[in-house]
Amino acid sequence: MYDIAVIGGGVIGCAIAREMSRYRLGIVVVEKYEEVGFGTTKTNSGIIHAGHHSPPDTLKGKLVVRGNKLYDRLCKDLNFGFSRIGELVVARSESEIPELERLKKQGEAKGVPGLEIWDRERLRNAEPNLSNTLIAALHAPSAGVINPYELANALSENAVDNGVDLKVNCAVEKIVVEKGFLAVHTSTETIKARFVINCAGVYADKIAGMAGLSDFTIHPRKGEEYMLDKRLKGLVQRLIFPIPEKNTKGILIIPTFDGTIMVGPTAQDTTDRDDASTTYEGSEQVFGFVSKICPSITERDTITEFAGLRAVSNTNDFIIGPTRIKGFINAAGIQSPGLTCAPAIALYVRDILKSEGLVLEKKKNFKPHLPGPPRFASLNDEQQRRLVEKDRLFAKVVCRCELVTEAEIHSAVDHGARTLDGIKFRSRAGMGRCQGGFCAPRCMDILSKRLDKPFQEITKRGGDSWVVKKMMDS
Amino acid sequence: MLGRVEKKYGVVVVGGGPAGMGAALGARDCGEEKVLILDREPEAGGILLQCIHSGFGMHYFREELTGPEYAERFLQKVIDHDIDVLPGSYVSGVAVDSGGSKKVRIMSESHGLITVETKSVVLAMGCRERTRGAVRIPGTRPSGILTAGLAQKFVNLKGYLPGKRIAILGSGDIGLIMARRLTLEGCRVEGVFELMPYSNGLTRNVVQCLEDFDIPLHLSTTVAYVHGRDRIEKITVAPVNPDLKPDMSRAWDVPCDTLLISVGLIPENELTQNLGIGLDVVTGGPLVSSTLETSMPGMFACGNVLHVHDLVDYVTREAMLAGRFAGEWSKGVRRPKDNIRLVPGDNVRYCVPHTLSPEREHTIHLRCKAAMKPCKIRVGSLMEKKLRFVFPAEMIMFKIKPDLLDKFHGDTLRIDILPLEKGERVD
Repeated sequence: MYDIAVIGGGVIGCAIAREMSRYRLGIVVVEKYEEVGFGTTKTNSGIIHAGHHSPPDTLKGKLVVRGNKLYDRLCKDLNFGFSRIGELVVARSESEIPELERLKKQGEAKGVPGLEIWDRERLRNAEPNLSNTLIAALHAPSAGVINPYELANALSENAVDNGVDLKVNCAVEKIVVEKGFLAVHTSTETIKARFVINCAGVYADKIAGMAGLSDFTIHPRKGEEYMLDKRLKGLVQRLIFPIPEKNTKGILIIPTFDGTIMVGPTAQDTTDRDDASTTYEGSEQVFGFVSKICPSITERDTITEFAGLRAVSNTNDFIIGPTRIKGFINAAGIQSPGLTCAPAIALYVRDILKSEGLVLEKKKNFKPHLPGPPRFASLNDEQQRRLVEKDRLFAKVVCRCELVTEAEIHSAVDHGARTLDGIKFRSRAGMGRCQGGFCAPRCMDILSKRLDKPFQEITKRGGDSWVVKKMMDS
Repeated sequence: MLGRVEKKYGVVVVGGGPAGMGAALGARDCGEEKVLILDREPEAGGILLQCIHSGFGMHYFREELTGPEYAERFLQKVIDHDIDVLPGSYVSGVAVDSGGSKKVRIMSESHGLITVETKSVVLAMGCRERTRGAVRIPGTRPSGILTAGLAQKFVNLKGYLPGKRIAILGSGDIGLIMARRLTLEGCRVEGVFELMPYSNGLTRNVVQCLEDFDIPLHLSTTVAYVHGRDRIEKITVAPVNPDLKPDMSRAWDVPCDTLLISVGLIPENELTQNLGIGLDVVTGGPLVSSTLETSMPGMFACGNVLHVHDLVDYVTREAMLAGRFAGEWSKGVRRPKDNIRLVPGDNVRYCVPHTLSPEREHTIHLRCKAAMKPCKIRVGSLMEKKLRFVFPAEMIMFKIKPDLLDKFHGDTLRIDILPLEKGERVD
């Protein structure tokens, strides 16, 4: 019997599991995919919002500024990439300036630090590649970027280091309310837990439904993103937001943590909870809009595109809290700024669990730290030389687009990569302009050897995502 | 010698494919004794090693060889000429000091991080394939979508199939070769879908790889949507309108478990770009003089890193020339700068080299923008050459003799491909 079963190994589930692993509790994370972060998390834009966008009377508005602040500590502990590059909401006409002022006021009331309205000249100096038709901007220096999949991996790995069980390829099929506990029936086993935390993203209402709850619904909203060639690195220094629209913060220019530029997302309601398709309309919308803000960005520089689903609830806010079923707790409807809020949500859920009667006793041997992955390409000559002296595989290049060495691929496997995407998300191998054309067979060789699996059983991202067939198979 | 690296060389060649090996031999032929080839793969030979079909060497060796045979012959020559080869090595940068001497920074499992000094460098890194991302196909992102070259590597070098039911986007040569190869391995190739109204591959490949195997080639058609969650399940294909946008009213579905992408090659010039060497935006390769020297003195380029060639034999010829000039350079020979600029005119997409000199004979490589037949190539007012046809997928080559340039007193020569005038005939 576990104390807590977390359903969903996205960034929210992993953050909660990691937070609760500070205490003497039996915890399990149940994830239907082959690796954590393979659902909505991996397609998240990776923005740590300053917090001025969300209205203060919403739960997301209450958690966002705290979440943002918690990132400094979290990053120090877990060594994932995080950079406070700042954000600019840009105004294209005089009529948009009152909105900048409203956002500034809203942010200040919530404690967002350093908000400033920049005039045209200051904006031009800071971001010379933006269109000269922009007339002002709201600058929020505390906004930052991370790689969301990197955070999910770091959280889950640290949680596992602290005793959490992680069950992957484990899909929840049924939840039975028993006396004093909940039985979570999955595709592989039945898990008993006193508390179940529903972090199932776009499926959260289905999971709640399995427990007999029907008080909320999830309406996935798709966002398409387009990743641009690293030729454009440095084109903009900060996150660039337009004046927000009703349902979305609009189409953004995002310098990712690794410096490459990403543009998007769109906002399209969909009924298909697995809809990860990109469309002609989406790319036209994204590039049509972005080229007005930053004229040097064109569709031709796209190296890859993807789409993800926001788990929008019928209340348009987070749904976090206990339910009429004792022990069943929702952490649902986590749409933007969910990633920013993740560490704050974890604390919020901790407090809920406490008030629901869970006894929290701190572990003496909790290990808060996780060493970051080696990043050969980002080191200076001396650091590189030292690594190579220690391990010659740091001099063996596997992915040449992103300069990833074989030692880094091994490290990715050591830290839990089981698929090609798992390697990509941990090491960047295959993320560059050739999109794995050269390194995929090498990464498959390494996975095959390390996991002791035949070459043809290595997948792109688990499930039926096979890469090759054996020649003799008929 | 394989695996040997010394501290100083006359010529260092980056890339051990046909261009790199040809350049190294060219440098050796002109008397340079210290030549090093750096190759990133575990074995030198480049993409030839996975091209197990025949058709290589018809021009150079006057016999039909497979890719590995062609590579093997050159590797043997390289070894016989006592050229050093370091496979499994990656060039992370080249520093040029004020005296023009170049320090090549190398990463390799066998040698760690090392630097070798050289007088001249030949860039011969080849090219890479354009991917799905570069052509922007809407739909889902399942596994089973890969470039034709990667599929070729899986099949020919590793012994695995990319799938059983194959669709191919783009009619590049590798895609055509793989259509045949996978058919021979028992796969079902549903068809080749080409955006343009003409094939992007050589005519001989269309005939030998598609027509001979009854594989349909759908011209002016593209893949408009990819379906499938974990693995690709089908594609929607549609004929394109004159603006090259798909006409969805005429679309149809093609079930498949694999989509090969064969939509063109891009010279791999990251290293070149990092060095600040000037590139031709059309070819994607460096701007070169008639000695195949780039904008950086003592730095030469040849093969597919310069511009994408049709046949390896042509690569070899160009590479030997580049190697010869690189060898001369390392021995202190300095040729006068070219004084004629060659510029593409009507219906010419690009021409290489970018400048000429009356000092030597030139082989001009060019590609047309649109098919035309019959037609003529006009080089300024110096010469005209009539051709039965030109075709974007087939490189056009012709020679300009030095005595012809002696008569030229301008500084810019324009090349046009023009329709024949009334009364003109191709002989």
